[in-house]
Amino acid sequence: MSHHLPKKLRTDLNPSRLLTFKIDGRDVSAREDESILAVARQNNIAIPTLCHLDGLSERGACRLCIVEVRGVAKLLPSCVTFPRQDMEVITNSERVITYRRKILELLFTERNHVCSVCVSNNHCELQNLSVELGVTHVHYNYLYPQLAVDASHSRFSVDHNRCVLCLRCVRVCDEIEGAHTWDIMGRGITSKVITDLNQPWGTSETCTGCGKCVQVCPTGALSEKGKSVAEMIKRRQFLPYLQMMRGRQEESWQK
Amino acid sequence: MAKIGLATTWLDGCSGCHMSLLDLDEGLIALADKVEILYGPLVDYKTFPDHADVTLVEGAVSSEADKKNILHIRARSGVLVSFGDCAVTANVPGMRNRYPVEAILRRGYVENADLPLLKEDEAETQTCETTFQEVPRLCRIARPVHEFVHVDVFLPGCPPPPEAIFYLLSELLAGRIPDMRGRTRFGA
Ligand code: SF4
Ligand code: SF4
Ligand code: SF4
Ligand code: FES
Repeated sequence: MSHHLPKKLRTDLNPSRLLTFKIDGRDVSAREDESILAVARQNNIAIPTLCHLDGLSERGACRLCIVEVRGVAKLLPSCVTFPRQDMEVITNSERVITYRRKILELLFTERNHVCSVCVSNNHCELQNLSVELGVTHVHYNYLYPQLAVDASHSRFSVDHNRCVLCLRCVRVCDEIEGAHTWDIMGRGITSKVITDLNQPWGTSETCTGCGKCVQVCPTGALSEKGKSVAEMIKRRQFLPYLQMMRGRQEESWQK
Repeated sequence: MAKIGLATTWLDGCSGCHMSLLDLDEGLIALADKVEILYGPLVDYKTFPDHADVTLVEGAVSSEADKKNILHIRARSGVLVSFGDCAVTANVPGMRNRYPVEAILRRGYVENADLPLLKEDEAETQTCETTFQEVPRLCRIARPVHEFVHVDVFLPGCPPPPEAIFYLLSELLAGRIPDMRGRTRFGA
C-alpha cells in the first residue's frame, strides 16, 4: 500500500520532536510521530478500536477510535491523528461515546450478523465492542444485503455477511506476507474485499495459503474450514513475533 | 410486597429463551412468591390479560399475526422486554430476509419435504402456491420487535443466560428499570 507512513530514520540529524499535550485533562508527552491512540495507550487511557492492529499500518477505516480535539469541530480518528503541542484531546465525552455507539450499530446493520450461528461467536471483536460500548440493540433498520460466501479455497472461507471492511486482511497480506492477494473494490457500504482480480479465492495465483488474513480478521468473515459455530479462535501471536524478528533483521542490515 | 403480573409470549422464536427462563432453577422458587404469571406458553390462560406489569416478548415479528399481537400486547403491558436475540435483532428468523417469501416456503415445504406420492421429476416441477388460508401470512421480512412498538428493556442473548434473566426480574421487582449492559450480549 502506498500510504504507509514513511519509516523515518531517527538520527541526531533529524530527531523526532518531543511535545506535550493533554488527554482527558492529563498532561502527556509524546514523540511527534506517535498517534494519539498510541500515546493514550501508553498512558493507560482506553480508546476502542477495530481496524487498528498492532503490527500493521494504520488505515483509519472503522472510526471507532474517534476523539474530540478542543477547537476542532470534527471528531478525529485517534489512530491516524498526530498530536500537536498543547493540543487538548478528549476521549470520553458524551458526544464521542454516542457517535462510537452509532458507528458500531451501523456496522451491525450493514451486513448480516447472526452471532448465535457464527463461527466466531464468543471470540469476536465486533461482539466484544458491543459489550464494551454498551450496545444492547440498534436504532437503525437492518439492511439485510445479499452477500456471498466464497468457500473455494481449500482451507479457508470468506463470508462477506460478517465483514466489517476493516481491511486488516488486505494489510497483513500485503505488508507481512508480501502476497497482496486481498484488495477492496466498490465504494461506501457496497465495498467488498476481493482476492486477486475479484475471482474465487481458491483460484488466486498469489495466495500462499499462509492463513495470516484469517488470523487477523476481527470477525467471522474469514475462517478456517471445518470450524463450526463458536469454534473459530484466532491466533495472532505470530504478528508481534514477526515484527520483532524483522526489527532485528533491519537493525542488522543497518549496521 | 404486592406481586407483579408477568406475561410472556413468543412470536417467531424457537422457545429457547423460555427454556432459559425455566433454567433459573431455584431462582424460580425465589421469584414464585413475588410474581404471578398471567399469560404465556408456560401457563394455560387463553387470552392476554388487560394489564401485565411486565411482558417478556421472545421472537421476531415475522407474520401478520405477530404484527397484530405485538400491538395488542404493547397496549396492555407496563414494561415490555425484548427477550432474546430474535426479538432484539431478528437473529435466525431474519436469515430469511434476503430471499423472497415464496423461495423460503418452496425450500421448506417443497424442496426439503418428503413427497412420497410424487416421483422425483414431478417434485421438481411442483409449483408452490401458498395461499395462507389456515396460517398467518408471512411478512416480507422478519424484523426486531422495537421496529414496531416501544421496547423498555433489551435483553440480548441466544438465549439470554438465566443469570441475566434473574437480574432483570429482580430489578423490575425492586421497581427499577434494569441496565442490562455487560450482563449479556448478542449471541450469548
Ligand atoms: S462476526 Fe461477530 S458480530 Fe458478526 S455474527 Fe459473527 S460473532 Fe456476531
Ligand atoms: S492466506 Fe496468506 S497469502 Fe493467502 S490471502 Fe491470506 S494472507 Fe494472503
Ligand atoms: S474479511 Fe475480515 S479482515 Fe478482511 S476486511 Fe473483512 S472483517 Fe476485515
Ligand atoms: S481504529 Fe482508528 S479508525 Fe479504526
